[in-house]
Amino acid sequence: MAAEIYLNVAVSGLLTGLVYGLMAVGLSVIFGVVRVVNFAHGEMMTIAMYLAIVLFNGFGLDPLIMVVPLAAVLFALGYAMQAGIINPFITRPEHSQFILLVAMALIIANVLLIVFGPDARSVQTPYSFDSFLVGPLIIDATKAYAGAATVVITAALFGFFRFAPLGKAIRACADNYTGALVVGLNVKRLYALTFGLGAACVGAAGSMLVLLVDVTPALGPALTLLAFIIVITGGLGSMPGAVLGGVLIGLTEAMAGLFFTPSAKSMFSFALLVLVLLFRPQGILGKRPS
Amino acid sequence: MIPTTTNSSGLTRRGFAVGAGAAGLLATAAGDFARAQGGPLKVGVLLPRSGAQAGIGQDCQRGVELAPAIFKELGLPELAIMNADTETNVEVARARAEKLISDGAQLLVGAFDSGQTTAIAQVAEQKGIPFVINIAAAPQITEQGYKFVFRNFPTAAMILSDAFANQKELFEATGVAPKSVVFMHVNDTFGTSMQQGINAVLPRFSMPYQIVEQIAYDPTARDLSVEVAKAKATGAQALLLVSRLNDAILITRELVKQRWSPMAVLSMGPGWYEDQYLKTLGKLSDGPMSFVPWYDPHKRLSKQLEAALAKAYPGINMNTNHVFTFEALLVAADAYKRARSSDPKALADAIRTTNITDNVSIGPGIQFNDKGQNDKLKNAAIQNRGGKLLTIAPKEASNAKPELPMSAYDRRG
Repeated sequence: MAAEIYLNVAVSGLLTGLVYGLMAVGLSVIFGVVRVVNFAHGEMMTIAMYLAIVLFNGFGLDPLIMVVPLAAVLFALGYAMQAGIINPFITRPEHSQFILLVAMALIIANVLLIVFGPDARSVQTPYSFDSFLVGPLIIDATKAYAGAATVVITAALFGFFRFAPLGKAIRACADNYTGALVVGLNVKRLYALTFGLGAACVGAAGSMLVLLVDVTPALGPALTLLAFIIVITGGLGSMPGAVLGGVLIGLTEAMAGLFFTPSAKSMFSFALLVLVLLFRPQGILGKRPS
Repeated sequence: MIPTTTNSSGLTRRGFAVGAGAAGLLATAAGDFARAQGGPLKVGVLLPRSGAQAGIGQDCQRGVELAPAIFKELGLPELAIMNADTETNVEVARARAEKLISDGAQLLVGAFDSGQTTAIAQVAEQKGIPFVINIAAAPQITEQGYKFVFRNFPTAAMILSDAFANQKELFEATGVAPKSVVFMHVNDTFGTSMQQGINAVLPRFSMPYQIVEQIAYDPTARDLSVEVAKAKATGAQALLLVSRLNDAILITRELVKQRWSPMAVLSMGPGWYEDQYLKTLGKLSDGPMSFVPWYDPHKRLSKQLEAALAKAYPGINMNTNHVFTFEALLVAADAYKRARSSDPKALADAIRTTNITDNVSIGPGIQFNDKGQNDKLKNAAIQNRGGKLLTIAPKEASNAKPELPMSAYDRRG
């Protein structure tokens, strides 16, 4: 097999992994601060994907242009979900949170099924079939745009948490809940903001993923599972870990398909997860619990 | 002798008793009559209406919707359709079959997919309810000695034998043939059966090409870029495929993106001729050849079904899904008419002696062998051209000439 195929497949896996990473960043941010595992993560992603399809089919709006507006819509949805429904469950046992979020996932999936039906839907932009020829490399244009947008959004998110006062306040809540209360931070509002930010990541990722993947109402659980594999591999609660996990899973699946059999792609991503759990249970960039 | 009491209207007690008895007998007889001939047969139709195969399941449903009006014209009895969704899931298919039977279904039809169909067949056989398979090719389904399972659809081996024969016919007609192919197939029950069948059947046909690589993939895969890259890297001249709908669309997208135009796309399964495929990909859907169970465009009932489809669903091309779902219901209605009963055993016996020559699919008609398999079905080769599906082989059922090699994707404007 010629060397360029390895390069081509690696680049494709890397770009897909970046989009997966952005989706997982949302899950990681929410867990890292609010300490709630969002089991409706994939379903929220399908909401964003369907919104992108509606906007594209109805108004001709390109999903890449709609990344920011859709992130804003999902931010509002996430904020409302946290403030209105999830907040009372923050101090309840984990199984109560689990049941709540699974119920929300089921509701979302079934509402989507009622509204859009079970057919697979996709968008076909003018660049859907484009690719760039860079020497021996053929790079899928859609994946390249989506990967680049992921890098920009993730960098902006890192910058927000590192430098913005609000970002610092959210990190304070994550580091020391009681301390944050003592210094007068409105923790409930900050939790809602964090859930909103996590949902915004999902909105942005969904807007891009719809360019790569057909969406059905049943897609949610597969995306939730994928996000879990990524964040556990990268380190639950770690944003850089989520991006790294996404890239690793994307690359692992691509290379496993090339070197072994494409049927076994998922097996290899689960194998990576098992290896990480065995040798670094906190994830590659996760912090060891004190 | 004790005189009987007579009331003012002249009705005696004895007369009343005789009348009541006669009325009772009549009522019982009427009930039997209703069961035997009257009420519609309750037919549970199991299809993947949601999940990965939703597009195809809903396409099959069109065949269900068209049946009542045509059956009425044919003088066949009415069917009461009970729809169920298998959700493209084997376990759900099994559960839905059980539920339909407990809800009163007297005959089952379905379920497009071999894995789901296998599960339903087990339930039907266990409960003693006739099951007429619309689409499913895994050979083992009719090799289990089942008494209540009937299939009016070719097995994987039949599909493959006809596919290779039709391919040779087309290669000879065009004077063009690939020397090497990559075989890409889904790794579900159907795909695996076809893969095993190819290894068994191919040596008998001395095809002009060699299979240089076999690539199995998950039919629910979200991304097939690696699979297509791997296929392209072999340098093969053509693609041989057993796929579904969503993956057929994904593979075509990747062929275009990865700038690979094979000489031919030879499909031996669904996906490439579905309306959703044609509509989603437009010009890029032109060219693939599908070697599939199909309808004979020259048959009277084919024309009737095609006209009904065009009226009910304008712009939709008639395909395997409509034809074989319609024919499964045709088998059910015909058997009910002859059995004059909804008794499962009587229905199964009637299906076993089916002999429908006024049908839609290619071949002499619908008859079942002692395994419950219609072994007289013939496949066709069809090619997508300009959003239409043209029959290009066998010659006696064709309505167009083949175009080979297919035009390159980057030269389609």
